[in-house]
Amino acid sequence: MKLITAIIKPFRMDQVREALMACSVQGITVSEVRGHGKQLGQTEVYRGAEYHLNLVPKLKIEVVVEDQDALRVAEAIAAAAHTGSTGDGKIFVSHIGHAVRIRTGEVDETAL
Amino acid sequence: MKPRFDVARRIAFPAALTLAMALLPAAAIAQEAATTPVPNKGDTAWMMVSTLLVLLMILPGLQLFYGGLVRTKNMLSVMTQIGAATCLAMLIWVIFGYSLAFGPDAPAPFTPFIAGLDRLFLAGIGPDSTAATFTKDVVIPEFVFICFQMTFAAITLSIVLGGIVERVKFSALMVFALVWMPLVYLPIAHMVWAASGLFFVMGALDFAGGTVVHINAGVAALVAAIIAGKRLGYMKDSMAPHSLTLTLVGTGLLWVGWFGFNAGSALEANGSAALAMINTFVATAAGGLAWLAAERVFGHKPSALGLASGIVSGLVAVTPAAGNSGPMGAILLGAITAVACYIAVAIIRPRLRYDDSLDAFGIHGVGGIMGAIGTAIVYAPSLGGPGPADYDMMAKLGVQLAAVCTTIAWSTIGTLVALAVAKAVTGLRVTTEAEREGLDLAEHGERAYNL
Repeated sequence: MKLITAIIKPFRMDQVREALMACSVQGITVSEVRGHGKQLGQTEVYRGAEYHLNLVPKLKIEVVVEDQDALRVAEAIAAAAHTGSTGDGKIFVSHIGHAVRIRTGEVDETAL
Repeated sequence: MKPRFDVARRIAFPAALTLAMALLPAAAIAQEAATTPVPNKGDTAWMMVSTLLVLLMILPGLQLFYGGLVRTKNMLSVMTQIGAATCLAMLIWVIFGYSLAFGPDAPAPFTPFIAGLDRLFLAGIGPDSTAATFTKDVVIPEFVFICFQMTFAAITLSIVLGGIVERVKFSALMVFALVWMPLVYLPIAHMVWAASGLFFVMGALDFAGGTVVHINAGVAALVAAIIAGKRLGYMKDSMAPHSLTLTLVGTGLLWVGWFGFNAGSALEANGSAALAMINTFVATAAGGLAWLAAERVFGHKPSALGLASGIVSGLVAVTPAAGNSGPMGAILLGAITAVACYIAVAIIRPRLRYDDSLDAFGIHGVGGIMGAIGTAIVYAPSLGGPGPADYDMMAKLGVQLAAVCTTIAWSTIGTLVALAVAKAVTGLRVTTEAEREGLDLAEHGERAYNL
């Protein structure tokens, strides 16, 4: 199993979710997170007081898929989240050792 | 130049009545009563509505306007401070404030500066007592006049708090209010609006309180901001407004309420109120757009807070001019004042590095001064103003400047004294830990948002 963690622009959420549905990914976890990459934040101005917002709001999406689906799902997310400008985000794929479906006690691939 | 208050008339009626009952037959009593002006129901209803509109400006108008501008952790403290200051100002007003501002004259040499104590606890005033308006033999119930003026005292005190939010003890503000009202607000209100007041006698133009409310509160806020010191982390930490949505809701309530403030200051439901009404529309509209334009010119995006600030600047500017300007003059006044306020808060204030946290001076002080001086210009009949044909603009400018400078000096000194007393009694500022934690939890034991 692979965990796919995608940090995306918040307004791309709907497109990414639709792309995941098209890949038959049924489980998804979304968190509101803040951070920066090369974009290095944004500037806000209130009556002349400038605040540099170092940490930009992003959404973090986590899905766990079977090994053979990982590349396909990661590419689908990348295509859906892409705008071409700085701050589009990142996708990380990592290995998952074990999974349990709490309701039934099913484990690993059958638990997904 | 609002309440040309004729004390003699109000006293004369009951006195004459008593005398008549003692000495004359019933017919003479009836005749005496017939010559006494009776309030018009339309005027009375309009002034009651105006009074409530001014209350709406404070609760929740100013509460939301100011509350949205502070950080989440201080939202309730701002709303509580304004609410409690308003309550306190109301009680001060009926206990001794009204008497000292509008009561029968104090003995010389105090007459131009303050009234006497004859109306302490509203002594001698009943449902049949009346207050004069600008029209001969047109009166309104005195209780309505007292309530109307009471809301002005309350909002002035509330605006001052805008300079020192997020760092001053609640108890300090209550002590400050108790000293500041009699020392600063009451004398200035008397000077501007009472028939024997210094500026009134000079002929200063202040339709709805540009001097009494805005210059006065703005200067007091600046002095208080400097004495109280900067907030921890000022110019280092982000102090971005926590909800501009609420600030804009407050802006809308302020604008609507301001029709009571300005048009109500005509004291009658008449043409003068109508002039104040249209001016309060157009000067404000011009102010809102002018601020956005100024932001563009100085290389920024036209912002929501800019729109709100421009609207309030326009409202402040038109306050002294409301019934003293034509609509086109009011547009000019609103637009120019908004640009001046923009320069004051966005360019000058950051360089001077004092922490007038919500720009009470930058908008109410600067806007009030621009409005007071500008009123002398837009009053001219050549600019569509209601001034007389032989209007002497330079002389009036001199009078306005004298009133502005006296107000600034009086407010500065009185505020310094009130702050010194508050500091001696309470220590003025909260502890460093309380300021970091936020005044909501530290001072009031609550959180604004439990989401």
